[in-house]
Amino acid sequence: MPPQKAAFFDVDGTLVKTNVVHVYAYYAMNRGSVLGIAGRTLSTALSVPLFGVMDALDRKTFNEFFYRYYAGLSEDRLITIAEDMFEDVLQPALFEQSQDLIDQARRSGCKVVLVTGALDFTMRPLARHLGADDLIANKMQFVGGKATGKVIPPIIEGANKANAIRAYCVKENLSLDKCHGYSDSASDYAMLAVVGRPTAVNPDLRLRSIARAYNWPILDLK
Amino acid sequence: MRPLKTLQKLYDEESQVVITEKGSPPRALFYGEGFLQEDLPVGTRVIFPRPPMAGVPNVKAAIRWAINHPEGMEPLHALLKPGMRLTCVIDDISVPLPPMVTPDVRQSILEVVLELAADSGVDDIHLVIANALHRRMTEGEMRRMVGQKIFDEFYPDRYYNHDAEDPDGIVALERTSHGEEVSVNRRVAESDLIVYVNVNFVPMNGGHKSMGTGVSNYASLRHHHNPKTIRASDSYMEPKASALYRSNERIGRNIDKHLKVFHIETSLNNRMFGGPTDFLAKKEEDYTEGDRLKFQAMRYALSKMPRAAARKVLSAVPAPYEVTGVYAGATEPTHQKTLETSWKQYVVPVEGQSDIVIFPIPFISPYSVNSILNPLLVQVMGLGYFFNLNRGVPLVKKGGVLILLHPAYDEFDPEHHPSYIEFFNRLLPETRDSMKLEHKYEKEFAENPSYVHLYRKGNAYHGVHPFYMWYWGENGRQHVGKVIVAGAENNHVPALLGWDRTDTLTEAIEEARGFMGRSATISLLRIAPTVMVDVK
Repeated sequence: MPPQKAAFFDVDGTLVKTNVVHVYAYYAMNRGSVLGIAGRTLSTALSVPLFGVMDALDRKTFNEFFYRYYAGLSEDRLITIAEDMFEDVLQPALFEQSQDLIDQARRSGCKVVLVTGALDFTMRPLARHLGADDLIANKMQFVGGKATGKVIPPIIEGANKANAIRAYCVKENLSLDKCHGYSDSASDYAMLAVVGRPTAVNPDLRLRSIARAYNWPILDLK
Repeated sequence: MRPLKTLQKLYDEESQVVITEKGSPPRALFYGEGFLQEDLPVGTRVIFPRPPMAGVPNVKAAIRWAINHPEGMEPLHALLKPGMRLTCVIDDISVPLPPMVTPDVRQSILEVVLELAADSGVDDIHLVIANALHRRMTEGEMRRMVGQKIFDEFYPDRYYNHDAEDPDGIVALERTSHGEEVSVNRRVAESDLIVYVNVNFVPMNGGHKSMGTGVSNYASLRHHHNPKTIRASDSYMEPKASALYRSNERIGRNIDKHLKVFHIETSLNNRMFGGPTDFLAKKEEDYTEGDRLKFQAMRYALSKMPRAAARKVLSAVPAPYEVTGVYAGATEPTHQKTLETSWKQYVVPVEGQSDIVIFPIPFISPYSVNSILNPLLVQVMGLGYFFNLNRGVPLVKKGGVLILLHPAYDEFDPEHHPSYIEFFNRLLPETRDSMKLEHKYEKEFAENPSYVHLYRKGNAYHGVHPFYMWYWGENGRQHVGKVIVAGAENNHVPALLGWDRTDTLTEAIEEARGFMGRSATISLLRIAPTVMVDVK
């Protein structure tokens, strides 16, 4: 019998210790030319305080703003670097217990789906490594093989994660009420609220207090 | 005028049953993390625990004698061979209650066994805690249980908690004649010899339950931890009256057929209170002026403390239990000996059942050591454990009233009991029907990846455990006509559990009499320490 439920995992901070900035920094460092590396690294570094403020205020605006920094990078290069980036950045940052949690979800009869605000090509190697069945992620717009810096809407973030999960369940004929959701951030409240079995993983203060209020389980992945 | 026979009974100093009279002192009763002092209606039968039996003078000598003169097996030294694979399986922190003063009897047994094993050239030794679907014991608890020396030598690689959810860590043996699955921890199953280190706190512990439950998994446990088996058990504490015991017996016999298990069982006396609190084990009639003062001071101090602090204070006093017997060898003859000693300590014969029975609920249960007695655990203490502290005939009549003394606060420990929270808040508002709960939700909770993770990596009870707690109260729930929780501090907890509430014990007795009639008979089980009744 095909699975009737899925486990939806946020990635950054939930399964890995990184966030989109780490991923982008890796791309910036691998620009290809000395000037390119210097330029992108410097501009990224200078923007760090801005990123911090925007991330704290609104994750959606942060992502929209942040992905502009990919403009001009070629698609094939982005995909090639993604494999190295997985080995150099994501794999070492994986929580040791992430794989156990995913394996357990599969044993309990769930499809495993990663839901992330990161770009799809950066997350594919990770999804393959963890044995995920599907990936719901942002898609970069490419024109003439070059990234435009714009993400094809809707941006997978905040309430849109919940919409994407709902749409996925309809498409795959899954019972949303039986599905599990895992995230570390209060910005994913909608994603957690839409599934029947939400769990806070290494939650920030806001999510911890929400989880306590709604009696959601809290996991501390190590 | 009362006949002489009745008067003798009323004034017999040795009797553990006291009938309340006009001049009887008020009773000191557990009420969660505090105490109540209550006058009971004249005629109320108060059943006290037996005085503690004398402990064996030298525990290690008793252990050595037992393993050298086992029941139905060769002595342990004859079973130990150089190069063999030995696993010691140990009862977990759920017994005894509260945890006993150190050295814990498990430490004493292990010190003897490990020394003997080393002398016999056995190096491949693992110590596995038989926690089944209970929470993993913490490092500190594990150290306390076996002592620093053994802990340093074996922890963490060779001294660890059983993991019932390790996909590679469980071996399935052949099913029983009733089709029950038999699963055992892989290390245990692949050992040449297993030494089971038991602490027999109540007669339900030990015997086939040790291996059949302690190192098993959900797939096997669900064959007897279910409402049907519980309904067919008149008392969990009396093997002859327990379908739960019979299922464990079938599973355990299968295990004994495939594995060589040498049981070391120990029985304890009921010296639960020591030092400043030892007066709690006395009858109030025997209190000295000093005891009364101490009780009043303790009651006042605990009532003024935050609950968490009161819990800490009460948990900080370990019980000075003494070992009353050590028995070793094959499962059944060993356990039979243990049961005899256990009953000798706990059983108080009483004449007839009562219409109304009062259970004071203390701060601790097997499932809340270093934690909170949440509402489901209050339920399991009242309708599960205390209701079953009998030898087949409950103290309360069919359709009678149970009065529990507890604040029934809405508090849960999210670290130890995460799935309890969901069970209480999501499932109980929908139904209290055990059969429905089992059918509709048990598997979902058992397989919930979050709960499995918290059980395996944290210190949480397994996701299915709140169901077992609910089933545990099933024969009590089926038997009684009404449960009243006296002193409940809120309305919603008793309501969700299907109980009535009153502010005081007096009001609860009035309500119970309204239900059972003015001439209703009343009994109080003056627990703790532990006491079991043998209703004639």
